[in-house]
Amino acid sequence: MNAITVKNLTRKFGDFTAVDNVSFDVKRGEIFGFLGANGAGKTTVIKMLCGLLTSTSGNATVAGYDINTQPESIKRTIGYMSQKFSLYEDLTVSENLNFFGGVYGLNERDLNDRIAWAVEMAGLTDKKGALTGSLPVGWKQRLALGCALLHRPQVVFLDEPTGGVDPVSRRRFWDLIFTLAEEGVTVFVTTHYLDEAEYCNTIMLIHAGKIVAGGSPRQLKTEHIRYPMLEVNCTGIIESLNILQQQDWVIESSVFGTLLHVSVENEEAGSRKIKEVLSEHNITVHGIERIVPSLEDVFIHLTDKP
Amino acid sequence: MFSRIRSISIKEFRQVSRDTRSLGILIFIPAFMLLMFGYAVNFDVDDIALAVYDEDNSVQSRQLIDKFVHSGYFDLKYYLDSPREIDRLLDRELIRVAIVIPENFSNSIIRGEDVSIQVLIDGANASAAATVMGYTNTIVQDYSLDILSETMLTAKGTTFAPPIDYHPRVWYNPELRSPVFLIPGLIAFILMVTSAVSTSLSIVREKELGTMEQLAVSSIHPVELIIGKIMPFVLTSLISTVFILLGGYLLFGVGVAGSFLWLSLLVVLFLFVALGWGLLISTTSDTQQVAFMKALTTTMLPTFILSGFVFPIHNMPVAVQVITYIVPARYFLEALRAIMVKGVGGAVFWEQIIALLIFGFILVLVSTRRMKKQGYVTV
Repeated sequence: MNAITVKNLTRKFGDFTAVDNVSFDVKRGEIFGFLGANGAGKTTVIKMLCGLLTSTSGNATVAGYDINTQPESIKRTIGYMSQKFSLYEDLTVSENLNFFGGVYGLNERDLNDRIAWAVEMAGLTDKKGALTGSLPVGWKQRLALGCALLHRPQVVFLDEPTGGVDPVSRRRFWDLIFTLAEEGVTVFVTTHYLDEAEYCNTIMLIHAGKIVAGGSPRQLKTEHIRYPMLEVNCTGIIESLNILQQQDWVIESSVFGTLLHVSVENEEAGSRKIKEVLSEHNITVHGIERIVPSLEDVFIHLTDKP
Repeated sequence: MFSRIRSISIKEFRQVSRDTRSLGILIFIPAFMLLMFGYAVNFDVDDIALAVYDEDNSVQSRQLIDKFVHSGYFDLKYYLDSPREIDRLLDRELIRVAIVIPENFSNSIIRGEDVSIQVLIDGANASAAATVMGYTNTIVQDYSLDILSETMLTAKGTTFAPPIDYHPRVWYNPELRSPVFLIPGLIAFILMVTSAVSTSLSIVREKELGTMEQLAVSSIHPVELIIGKIMPFVLTSLISTVFILLGGYLLFGVGVAGSFLWLSLLVVLFLFVALGWGLLISTTSDTQQVAFMKALTTTMLPTFILSGFVFPIHNMPVAVQVITYIVPARYFLEALRAIMVKGVGGAVFWEQIIALLIFGFILVLVSTRRMKKQGYVTV
């Protein structure tokens, strides 16, 4: 049973096609990661699925409702947390919760239950009376999630929920997402942190408005990078990269921190050739090791094609 | 539905009460304008500084001067020895009128001959000068009649009465005081400016912050959203109106001649238009700054100049008069003056009420359409 089905969804802004013939399915209760660079079309897809934006063509259903004909029913069954922090900073934590609960049309008893739940979940019990603007970003994000969940939505859309949040708060936020998924809520999340993408059941990669790859993190890593990937530890990283990129036997190469990731056809031959060519240029190679490609490697591989 | 509207209104009240700046604007501007327009802007012409150069220095010339002084409009500031000083006094605006009475004034009167006096008026302020001229004319005419009737009395032993007795009575504002004219205009002005500015700002702020989007996914109906949002401003505007009325009564003695029911209905109707205008502006602006400028320029000048607030519409060139028909404040002001000053009821100003209703509905309709198009609300 799918929580979301998208078929040939397209959205144009004038001549610019922001979302180009996109199709995918999201299973009920899964964490679905929607990945892509800024401007790839992630937010546009989310907005169409939430009924904030009409589609130019194509169709989609969310929780069984058609986005083109039943946007009101969709709104009652989804939660949405936008990219931009969108609570009222001049209201306190409990005033924000009260307000959104009221807007979602919760009755008073239900509202109090849910507010207590949200405050507990977000770890804001001591901060109920604090002005939202005075909270650290990570806390604000948890409060925003709480607000988006007050009406017990079946599907939650989180548009880059952890942007600008410190690593500890990010981890804490993801723990909340896991809990939601365990409770059967479908979580549709966009991110450009690739370590976060590893937490998702399914990932869909969007580039320039088109889906370029999809599957579980494992599938993506094994299906898309067919050649061995070597991690090279050497001096003069940039110079080495330039040298390696000129070699016709190097399939792909990129810098990862102080290391190089290099794809070659054959692990042993490749590693020998790398040592040779770098030594010729007086570069010391400290070590070469075969690695399992990370999602970042996959991402670069898929989106960096000429 | 009502619980949602209530939620939004409560939130809006909280925000306004915490935003000292906008709260200050909502309270300070009406108070400031009331005082400014009540005291500083005064079209009444009295205490006109007068200088007299009396070459004749006779009983008759002094009688004429007395007539000026006792009229209550003139204030005799200078009694001159030479006509040359007149130039200096007028230039420096120390006086607004100078009267020159010639040497042969009393002799000519006694002999029954025609005699002229010279009156010099500072015309820099045209409308004030016209009023001054009117006063001068009346006083001199009056004195001429006195002389005539005295001559008749001595010659024929009968008193003289002019063929037409002229007793003007000014209705509604018998003392012709400016505040009576200005206070209704002030209400229109303040309601229009503050409501349009505050509504547009409150909506554009939600757009700027991204909270509008959050509201848009919450299945709230645009009508609920709009009603909820403008409620607090309707209330503050009504409170301002009460304060202006109270201030107008206590400080300037301007009361309401007609029914308060009609007054309230009319104010609510006008608020509907003003808030609709703010709403429309909010749909055409993306930042609070732009909205503020648009709201201010589109409400302030038209309401000030083209509504009949300060400048009577029937004195304007026809082309400008045509433009005033698209200024909602014009209709409101006509009806409001009718209630406050003349004390009449709705039967007299139903045309204005219909005009305001049309304005309000068009504005709200167009703005909700635009909001839908921009994806902030869907229905």
